Amino acid sequence: MSRQQTQRLASVLITLTAVLVFVPVIVVIVYLIWQGIGAISWEFLTQPPRNGMTEGGIMPAILGTLVLTMGTALVSMPFSIATAIYLAEYAGDNRLTRTIRMAIVNLAGIPSIVYGLFGLGAFVLAAGFGTSILAGSLTLGIMTMPVVISTAEEAINSVPQQFRTVSLSLGASKWQTIWHQVLPHALPGIITGMILGLSRAAGETAPILFTVAAFYIPTLPTSIFDQTMALPYHLYVIATQVPGMPLRVQYGTALVLLLITLTMTLIATAVRTAVRRRRDW
Amino acid sequence: MQNKIEVSDFNFFYGEFQALIDLNLSIREKQITALIGPSGCGKSTFLRCLNRMNDTIDGTRAEGRVLLDGKNVYDPDVDVVELRQRIGMVFQRPNPFPQSIYENVAYGPRILSLAKGAKLDQLVQKSLEDAVLWNEVRHRLKDSAMSLNPGQQQRLCIARAIAVAPEVILMDEPCSALDPVATLKVEELMRELAQDYTIVIVTHNMQQAARASDWTGFFWLGRLVEFAETANIFGSPKEELTEAYITGRRG
Repeated sequence: MSRQQTQRLASVLITLTAVLVFVPVIVVIVYLIWQGIGAISWEFLTQPPRNGMTEGGIMPAILGTLVLTMGTALVSMPFSIATAIYLAEYAGDNRLTRTIRMAIVNLAGIPSIVYGLFGLGAFVLAAGFGTSILAGSLTLGIMTMPVVISTAEEAINSVPQQFRTVSLSLGASKWQTIWHQVLPHALPGIITGMILGLSRAAGETAPILFTVAAFYIPTLPTSIFDQTMALPYHLYVIATQVPGMPLRVQYGTALVLLLITLTMTLIATAVRTAVRRRRDW
Repeated sequence: MQNKIEVSDFNFFYGEFQALIDLNLSIREKQITALIGPSGCGKSTFLRCLNRMNDTIDGTRAEGRVLLDGKNVYDPDVDVVELRQRIGMVFQRPNPFPQSIYENVAYGPRILSLAKGAKLDQLVQKSLEDAVLWNEVRHRLKDSAMSLNPGQQQRLCIARAIAVAPEVILMDEPCSALDPVATLKVEELMRELAQDYTIVIVTHNMQQAARASDWTGFFWLGRLVEFAETANIFGSPKEELTEAYITGRRG
């Protein structure tokens, strides 16, 4: 083969590989829309399930997932951002910080079912929260922390050093410098990481299995100590536990869940793009 | 003429490496002191020792005394944050915050709670006037500081520094990124500022030191070779090394 032929072959192969990567995503989305769009209706989105969940809508599950996502954000955000600030701005390189970093890396590698069992043991039983939105939010919050911490730390580190130097040279304290110069510039990156972490949490089944998710509650939760339905678990239930479940409803539920997480990812991407374009250093 | 800063037996280390060796000099109040010398001779390091900006680098160590109005800035009871308010700094590259012109100048006073509301507006205007930038930006205070040209940006950085009412202004090669016209403007500005502030400037530009300073210190390999009035350094240097450097035979 001539050099030109090798070159052409290589670029064709590489392009094909790249295409292969997003083919599954497209196929999943298109197939879900094709199969599930028929189930989507105003009633489907706003009514509780009826008749052994084979009819009616999935409103309690949608709402439960949104509530859990918010709860997760409330748990995860303060701890993650504080940890990221500590690691990026205060921590030196010593045994303590190395241990913390190792713990974070390991936290990211733990299977989600282990988080679920941990949540069951720690929050549901030991802390006595019962299966509740609180226990579920705490569990999901801990699960999302590694990704939020590392993206937040990266965002903080990417703020140019000179902003800190100038701020300090003007007589600002270290904390004032972090608060007034570092965090505002790092915020978009932190938000992006947060949303990505949350979109993963919104789609997880295992961590909520024992901590919050209800098989079937037609009413809405009224306090953080209530159980709630949630989309991923509801999907699991109607796909495996309910005989005679119309396929259409299963695909519809999956489509709604996908749309929620996809929307979050798109928002995160939009935030990042908008900020990149505006930034001028 | 009073001594604003007195440095005695000062040594400075980056880890094992000794960057400054046995420095002794006095910086006169409301005068311009220029520090010259080849790259890596320690003049910028010395500048950053005066407001303890080197503290932010791990593994550095200072020995000896830097007296500001008779008080050692390395004493344990010195508040570094307050010290840096008293000794302002202008950097090599113009480095405004990516915010509005107004916000850049207002940042320091806000942080230090020096002024707010109409008082802050006045302070911002005064600082910009003192930095001879006001007439160029008065109608665009809300514009991004990044929209200014480099010379204007550097004068904005000077305005930002003087807004917190420092006593000493350190300038680390403030004109190295500027064209000759902008450089001259900054030099004229330094003259104006020297009526109210003590100025220490590090420069690579021999003509600039000769033109714009009252006193000149020549650094070589971490030592202060010669320190005297600028006219003497450039007219009749005592040390052979100084003469070799300023005439361009060593550098």
